[in-house]
Amino acid sequence: MNMLPELGHFALCIALSLAIIQASIPVAGVLTNRPLWMRAARPAAIGQFGFLLLAFLILTYSFIVSDFSVSYVAHNSNTSLPLQYRISAVWGAHEGSLLLWVLMLAGWTLAVAVFSKALPRDMTATVLSVMGMVSIGFLLFMLLTSNPFDRQFPAPAEGRDLNPLLQDFGLVIHPPMLYMGYVGFSVAFAFAIAALISGRLDTAWARWTRPWTTSAWMFLTLGIMLGSWWAYHELGWGGWWFWDPVENASFMPWLVGTALIHSLAVTEKRGIFKSWTVLLAITAFSLSLLGTFLVRSGVLVSVHAFATDPARGVFILAFFAVVVGGSLVLYAWRAPRFKAEGKAGFFSREGFLLLNNIFLVVAATAVFVGTLYPLLADALALGKLSVGAPYFNTVFVPLTLPLVLLVIGAASLNWKRGNATTMWQRLRWVAVLAVLTAIVFPFILIGQSSLIVAAALMLAFGAIYSAMEEIYRRGSRRGYRKIPLASWGMSMAHIGLGVFVIGVTLVSTYSAESDVRLAPGDSTELSGFSFRFDGISHEAGPNYDSTVGKVTLSHENKVLAVLRPEKRIYRAMGNSMTEAGVLPRLHRDLYVSLGEPLSNGAWSLRLYYRPFMRFVWLGAIFMALGGLIAIFDKRYRHPKLIHAQTGSV
Amino acid sequence: MQARFLIPVIVVIGLLGILAIGLTLDPRKVPSPLIGKPAPVFALPKLYQPDQLLTNNDLKGQLALVNVWASWCVACREEHAQIERLSTEFKLRVIGLNYKDKPEDARRWLAQFGNPYSDIAVDEPGRVGIDWGVYGVPETFVIDANGVIRYKHIGPVTASDIETVILPLIAEIQRTDTK
Repeated sequence: MNMLPELGHFALCIALSLAIIQASIPVAGVLTNRPLWMRAARPAAIGQFGFLLLAFLILTYSFIVSDFSVSYVAHNSNTSLPLQYRISAVWGAHEGSLLLWVLMLAGWTLAVAVFSKALPRDMTATVLSVMGMVSIGFLLFMLLTSNPFDRQFPAPAEGRDLNPLLQDFGLVIHPPMLYMGYVGFSVAFAFAIAALISGRLDTAWARWTRPWTTSAWMFLTLGIMLGSWWAYHELGWGGWWFWDPVENASFMPWLVGTALIHSLAVTEKRGIFKSWTVLLAITAFSLSLLGTFLVRSGVLVSVHAFATDPARGVFILAFFAVVVGGSLVLYAWRAPRFKAEGKAGFFSREGFLLLNNIFLVVAATAVFVGTLYPLLADALALGKLSVGAPYFNTVFVPLTLPLVLLVIGAASLNWKRGNATTMWQRLRWVAVLAVLTAIVFPFILIGQSSLIVAAALMLAFGAIYSAMEEIYRRGSRRGYRKIPLASWGMSMAHIGLGVFVIGVTLVSTYSAESDVRLAPGDSTELSGFSFRFDGISHEAGPNYDSTVGKVTLSHENKVLAVLRPEKRIYRAMGNSMTEAGVLPRLHRDLYVSLGEPLSNGAWSLRLYYRPFMRFVWLGAIFMALGGLIAIFDKRYRHPKLIHAQTGSV
Repeated sequence: MQARFLIPVIVVIGLLGILAIGLTLDPRKVPSPLIGKPAPVFALPKLYQPDQLLTNNDLKGQLALVNVWASWCVACREEHAQIERLSTEFKLRVIGLNYKDKPEDARRWLAQFGNPYSDIAVDEPGRVGIDWGVYGVPETFVIDANGVIRYKHIGPVTASDIETVILPLIAEIQRTDTK
């Protein structure tokens, strides 16, 4: 009989023992000043990663060969499932996604162990120990409540299927990206705890922490973007963000992580906001844990999530209490010793970044309140209720538009000193151009505009132009080669923000949709485009049967495309899924989703016209790209530069 | 130690409290405001005789279970065997309320899995479901011989639900009613 799953289980146990070593010995070495003990951290981290990778590969293998005696495989796979989805099914449900979580944690730990040669040994040891502690929690959780290698005998002849919602390329890579982001914040968290323990929080500390935080943020940005892209294509409602608790769970750490990136910049440059930065680092990771908690325990999930297990919820809650409660107690005890090395004036880059932090944190709080309010109301016996998109849109939009204004202002201000006159000198052309483009752009590309649209676009173009102006100003003064990569990355990300705001503004204002009943041969018009329904056909996929509609799109009698919206029934469990037919273009999407069959061969169809939909995701991609560029800034890598007290940006 | 640095801990302790209470609340144990009240009035076509109506008066006279189900509901498939047991093994009267479903889909579903129901009412627009406070399918109501709702079960009925909750409750109802 195949013993590999037992080997996988055993590998998890070894990884747990290594995590215990990694969590205890190095930090004990720091406290008792024993270099040899501190040095245990690196091999423990390497070993832990190796054994978790082994466990992960074994689980993947069990999926590939469809070993249904492993109960997790039997529940989430099927012999007719295509190979790529058998592999992605590894993280398609609870147990496997936890394994992916710890594997990534071990990966980040390994990266810290490898790339931290320039750090003081005690700092590395403490950081790795803290990450080991987080790992212990997750490994225990997995081994005690959710072992992916549990067997079931007799093994069923055929597995159930992977949730069809997850049988899509977007969802194959969405969770790993999201988890990379969540887990990545554990590095910033570990650095924050190390700073609290050692009492050292200086420019060098901020420089070590920044690239790790930016990498985590970059992954989270991409993960959220992919989730939105997936929902748009798979849910058939033409929407791209639903303010659903699970989405919010990823958005909160993103907002706080964004605040952390900016606050770290201030701590590095000016030696201020120290305890605030530490608090943000703890909060970003706590929100990542909370996200895991909310999604995995089922406290917030709708009543339809029947398969949740209260034992898991209790464990995660206890773990959350230990990690977050413990680190905040440490914070309350040690943070008062961090002394600011200066003050932030209002008309200075740090002044604007402080405001940016306030807005971001308030926005995160608003999302937090909206997400947890139903739970709070339930806990206080006020009844069951849900908070929907209207709340979030009303609260969120007024909070984020000033943020864009701050981005524009901050780009024009220097650190430490700045004044309204230089700000105006640098921004006047930006302002003129932004106003002009904001007025002209929607008329040319959409054919209409309004005051609100023009105002929002003004901010968006302002962010783009001011980011360009900053690069131009510095490049023409000292040469573009001298501009650090971190600044290029920042400008890129701010351009991305502008592009995102353009997309959100136009898609939310000028979208058009209609629900129509069409018999084969009928056509209908939407926003000047003609949609002709040419009937349906039935097709068989590898593990589903599909009803495929044929819709011919034309504009002024010229055929643009033939869209094929689908309704799929997955055979194993009989679940049905929609696949929208989309004609994507940079400036507009045309979108068709198949509704229900009506009498006489007619179908109900949902048609959408979505102008500038792609800008929303393009903006997010630019932001992530900006993060990627910034990570490679050389001052994060060279030991001398790390320890230098004065920087160039 | 300065007091303001304690604020985050205090906030988190509050949050943990809420989450802990949240965990103890089982989303399935939502008390229905209808318990102890007569079943809401309805008159719906029967699935197999669409020209005949099934009304709340038909519930009276004998204890009945009303099982809200739909062919599109995966959890209903999961509980189907248990519903079957309720009607065949325990000889209970189980009435189906086919919720937001197409009659032809519902009939196909029953043909495939078997029909455990003594009667089925079709609530295609889901209006009666609203009166009954249905917010997730499947749900199962226990209605006594006087037509009063005595219990509501949210989610699929499992074998242990039958043994530990539903059968004892029915025994209790029948004991007090015959007195």
